[in-house]
Amino acid sequence: MTSTPQPRDRLVVLGAGVMGTGITTLAIGHGVPVTLVDTDREQLVLAEPGIERGLRLAQLMGTLPPAVAIGALLTSTSLEAVADATAVIEAITENAGLKAKALAKASAAVRPGIPLISNTSSIPIDELADSVARPTDLLGTHFMNPPSLIKTVEVIRGAKTGDAAMAAAGSLLTALGRQAVVVKDAPGFVTSRVLHPMINDAVRVVEEGTATIEAVDALMQGCLGHPTGPLRTADLIGLDNLVDSLRVLFERTGDGGCQPCELLLAKVRAGELGRKSGQGFYTYEEDVR
Amino acid sequence: MRTADNWAAPASPPADGSASDPETVQQELLRFLEARTRTSWDPDTDLFAAGGQSSLFALELVLHLEKSFGISIRGTDLRLDNFRTVTVMAALVTRLQQQAAGSQHG
Repeated sequence: MTSTPQPRDRLVVLGAGVMGTGITTLAIGHGVPVTLVDTDREQLVLAEPGIERGLRLAQLMGTLPPAVAIGALLTSTSLEAVADATAVIEAITENAGLKAKALAKASAAVRPGIPLISNTSSIPIDELADSVARPTDLLGTHFMNPPSLIKTVEVIRGAKTGDAAMAAAGSLLTALGRQAVVVKDAPGFVTSRVLHPMINDAVRVVEEGTATIEAVDALMQGCLGHPTGPLRTADLIGLDNLVDSLRVLFERTGDGGCQPCELLLAKVRAGELGRKSGQGFYTYEEDVR
Repeated sequence: MRTADNWAAPASPPADGSASDPETVQQELLRFLEARTRTSWDPDTDLFAAGGQSSLFALELVLHLEKSFGISIRGTDLRLDNFRTVTVMAALVTRLQQQAAGSQHG
């Protein structure tokens, strides 16, 4: 069920990369006003056509609520914008140190009781809790990409997360038309812990010459019902983000299946990062990145 | 990598502002689809049926049609059912070109 956004809602999204842009698209598409913050002004300029494209994609796929006006979008290079926030979602690079720094700054400026949400594919929330002023206000989400098309969101409750933050985040996700599934804190939570080593294996299968890229995706789609195939999914995640996430998992679990395979590393070294760079396992037109 | 051999050049809209022939639109779209998906398609096959193309590919089709045929796909026309088959897409292109020509001349 989608609840009507309240006039006082003001979501602040930190980071105008792929996920920050996607979460912003989802929110304004549901009528929730957003301030998108990035220290790099150029990144904010690049985000605007991305948001426009994302809204068209959501309309095309019928995932926007009918008769809801698009929420106002503001952009800012200053973290001071979080002072007026009713919720903050941090969606910067998947790096624990950088996330801890951004969350520390945001928690110093945000009002107490406002949920501070770190969007991450694999970093345990408890590793970030010590860097914020009020660990009870901190929780995690793992939105899938693109957020406006995937209705379910993995929500991570850290050991120190309070009931009020969980309830506030739940209300926000309901206003965004999302279905929350709450899990405990762990490296990679559920989805990345299961999916990322599988994608790594799919790349290894191509590396070993067992099958082509297209054959791997066709089999996983046609036989096992995977919606896009693991290699197309890898391109969508971003191969650099996937390597970062696999490293987080390997360092914390010791599972050898999480060690990024050589073909994946070679693609990242070559700048073939997936859809966002125009080339990954597949080639993409500039218009649809 | 894209090369001249595997990439069909987009068709241009007729210079006189009239609508493209649906058959021409179909042929261009079939060439585009084959180049992008490395698969041959029947004009009436649902591209998005189970195990088919992704939603992001649907947006790629929208942008390709707009660029190649000089149309703007907005409002209620922007829905997946209008992009499921080559035949349906060709009908959409022809209708939007005719509407645009009608509003220019009327």
